[in-house]
Amino acid sequence: MDWSVIVEYKDLFIRGLFYTTILTIGAVLTGLVIGLSLGLMRLSKKLVLYFPAKLYIDIFRGTPLLLQILFIHFAVLPEVAKVFGLSSPDAILSGFVALSLNAGAYIAEIFRGGIQSVEKGQMEAARSLGMSHTQAMRHIILPQAFKRMLPPLGNEFIALLKDSSLVSVIAVNDLIYAAQTTAKVTWERWVPYITAGVLYFILTYLLSRVVFWLEKRYSTEGEGNLDDTN
Amino acid sequence: MIQIEGLHKRFGKLEVLKGIDLQIRKKEVVSIIGPSGSGKSTLLRCMNLLEEVSAGKVMVDGQDLTSTHTDMNKVRTEMGMVFQQFNLFPHKRVIDNIALAPMEVRKWKRDKAEEKAYALLEKVGLREKANSWPSQLSGGQMQRVAIARALAMDPKVMLFDEPTSALDPEMIGEVLAVMKALAKEGMTMVVVTHEMGFAREVCDRVLFMDEGIIEEEGSPEQLFSHPKKERTRSFLGKVL
Repeated sequence: MDWSVIVEYKDLFIRGLFYTTILTIGAVLTGLVIGLSLGLMRLSKKLVLYFPAKLYIDIFRGTPLLLQILFIHFAVLPEVAKVFGLSSPDAILSGFVALSLNAGAYIAEIFRGGIQSVEKGQMEAARSLGMSHTQAMRHIILPQAFKRMLPPLGNEFIALLKDSSLVSVIAVNDLIYAAQTTAKVTWERWVPYITAGVLYFILTYLLSRVVFWLEKRYSTEGEGNLDDTN
Repeated sequence: MIQIEGLHKRFGKLEVLKGIDLQIRKKEVVSIIGPSGSGKSTLLRCMNLLEEVSAGKVMVDGQDLTSTHTDMNKVRTEMGMVFQQFNLFPHKRVIDNIALAPMEVRKWKRDKAEEKAYALLEKVGLREKANSWPSQLSGGQMQRVAIARALAMDPKVMLFDEPTSALDPEMIGEVLAVMKALAKEGMTMVVVTHEMGFAREVCDRVLFMDEGIIEEEGSPEQLFSHPKKERTRSFLGKVL
């Protein structure tokens, strides 16, 4: 094993680390917005809200992410760009769009589950005091739901970080791309992949610590006392 | 105060309320008794439309709640509700449980809302619990906080849905004492209950419900001592 190739190609790995991180953070944030909206639509009694959300979620959860990335990069976005008279989009943009849309579907289900897990009596108590549905959601339901959503959201973010490696197929310069390129050029078979693996592991480890810290922080107030005292 | 005409409620094919006519006058304390499944909780929940009605009219202070023009959020501020399972907000301290609705709905400043909340806690004898979390309270204490929370909106009517059914026997007394004090102050109250002692002692009128209709009604004396209907007699025979 020749570890010197890493020094030689460190710029590639640094750039890979940067793209993987940026893509994941971007997709998580956008996915949260999409997920909350879809999750609320999915819970609506109105068919015009419920049905499109259900369809979206089913499609994105029912097809491979790899296919979604290829489809968006080679079919959807170029077509959209053409309408606006623009050139075909960057791979990084396609990767970001695909990961965000996909994460949105999974996060929507997490939001829905979290909201449904709050006892029906909480909404009734809030409404009986004259609060609107929106006020009750904001002050009573969502704060309680959010706490319960943290563990599954953490899992989703870690899965997303790892799944972001799939964008290397459309030649985004992420960590996998860096490893593959280095391996191809140097004929070194072990070192580039081990390096990428270690870097992914460090990223997922850091992310899981952040999620753990958030869970602890939110469980020290209010309802969390249930766990402490019982 | 509350007027109900021809009220029907169906859950799918199951008809739970089969035509209820009822009037609750101002300052009246009315209890609804009856076997479980008789529709008494559903009737109470129709009074503030927590349960949508299938047919009939519910009027509060002359306002038809079943009309789509009625602002239900506004009507509900005038009607306090106390639940069997308390339904305190577990992520908020006792004081915030009470102060939240006045601040959110009435747009009161925090100082004013908290002052009111402290006064109400005093009234239910729990001032020292203001900064506790609901999970640190006993069932009886939780229910007294829930009553204070409902009173924070200065309602004209209080609806009680089996307020003592989820409590350990030794805690029932403290909750009933708060309710008695409230009745004495002249609050209009509708109480679904299994506490026959309370119904007898405090209420102006008792309704006996069975299978979705009001089978019999009258003063506590009349209903408990001289029930007219066979159903009422057999129910009272089982519970008294």
